Amino acid sequence: MKKIVTLFVLLLLISGCSGDWGWYVVNPMQANGLSNLKFLFDGFYYTILLSVCSIFISVILGLLIALPGLSKKRGIRGINRTYVELVRAVPILVLILWVYYGLPQLAGISITVFWAGVLALALSDSAFEAEIFRAGIQSIDKGQYEAAHSISLSYSDTMRYVILPQAIKRILPALGNQLVYMMKMSSLVSIIGLQELTRRANELVVTEYRPLEIYTILVLEYLVLILIVSAGVRWLERRMQADENH
Amino acid sequence: MQSTSQPFISIQKVNKSFGEFQALKNVSLDIEAKQRIVVCGPSGSGKSTLIRCINQLEKHESGQIFIEGTELNDQLKDQQKTLSRVGMVFQQFNLFPHLTVLENITLGPLHALKIDKNKANALAMSYLDRVHIPEQADKYPRQLSGGQQQRVAIARSLCMEPEIILFDEPTSALDPEMINEVLEVMVELADSGMTMICVTHEMGFARRVADKMVFMDHGEIVEVAAPDQFFSNPTSLRCKDFLQKILHH
Repeated sequence: MKKIVTLFVLLLLISGCSGDWGWYVVNPMQANGLSNLKFLFDGFYYTILLSVCSIFISVILGLLIALPGLSKKRGIRGINRTYVELVRAVPILVLILWVYYGLPQLAGISITVFWAGVLALALSDSAFEAEIFRAGIQSIDKGQYEAAHSISLSYSDTMRYVILPQAIKRILPALGNQLVYMMKMSSLVSIIGLQELTRRANELVVTEYRPLEIYTILVLEYLVLILIVSAGVRWLERRMQADENH
Repeated sequence: MQSTSQPFISIQKVNKSFGEFQALKNVSLDIEAKQRIVVCGPSGSGKSTLIRCINQLEKHESGQIFIEGTELNDQLKDQQKTLSRVGMVFQQFNLFPHLTVLENITLGPLHALKIDKNKANALAMSYLDRVHIPEQADKYPRQLSGGQQQRVAIARSLCMEPEIILFDEPTSALDPEMINEVLEVMVELADSGMTMICVTHEMGFARRVADKMVFMDHGEIVEVAAPDQFFSNPTSLRCKDFLQKILHH
């Protein structure tokens, strides 16, 4: 992975010398370039905050949606199926537009761009989280429930102390994927005007007319962010595995 | 507090089927306090289903099961409280792999019985002593041998201080050299006066501890007898046949 990144950056630098590039627009050695760069980098704040808030909410929501999916009763399972199928059928971009422009009118509330973004991303992601949780919980051996029953644990204690700790360990890679996916999808929230990475790049392009350089920086910003998160997820997985082997 | 005439557990005309397959047919059995009952029979004869009905891992379809006069059914409000008097040990141990031995044993006392942590730990250690592996308290189940794991499972069950323990083929998943260490613990438990129902093919163990042998076949109780008579002179043909098969090797 490191080799690929180095190669990519090297290619950019070489092509940067070919004349059509205008790196001055983001050159940290020049006052204008530096302030442009700072403007772009400030977008990390909302991109990260947005992703973290929405993944947090979507994991909790996903778990709550997953639980009825495990019921023996068909009607209760239906709640889970309906939610998952409905939410999965709506494109994220459409959900963002609907939550920001439609929901306030429908519910008679006002909502900030940030929370509209969080809500839309979390809703959309919760359906996928629910499926991940359901699969994880269903992968736990029936004997674990029976053992919990045999020592008189209630349903919620069984879930909390016996089933979920084991299930979460198993679904961690999938949850990590989902976090990366969410960080990328957060760029869509730029459409309603949240000043995250993509929005800032768009705005700068309009004033500076250098889309190639600015969007290249944008690509690099996401690349760095995602690579760090991926490394973090892998570190966490390794640590949990080490837990298992000691 | 109850009249002395009523058995500790009473199973009356219990039926249970899984789809087309009828696992229990009109099964009735009484178990007195401090009695040790060994249930045997060919596989698929309903022995496991019978004891799983006693702690309601399987819900019986008709008939009645009483624990000291309290009938088990879904309407029973303190079903959990009644069932907490019944412990169970499984063929596959079913320990919680993400918890240490000590945490496995204290989980029930902490959360179901609401005992405080120090007390629960002390209690757990005393039961680990009883199954002879106090030094394994901080290990994880996967670090133990099968025999040790099953003894932890017995300690986990004991730590709920049940009045009866159900054993569902506790040695069937063990390597031969580990069977004895588990049977040893079970014999000690029997000697201490614990009420036990054991589904097992360990006939040596049965001879040593059982007050009553129960033979099942095709979902029915075919023969109930004292061990002496059961092994020397079984009345039914099916039972004779079965004993011949398993005692021969």
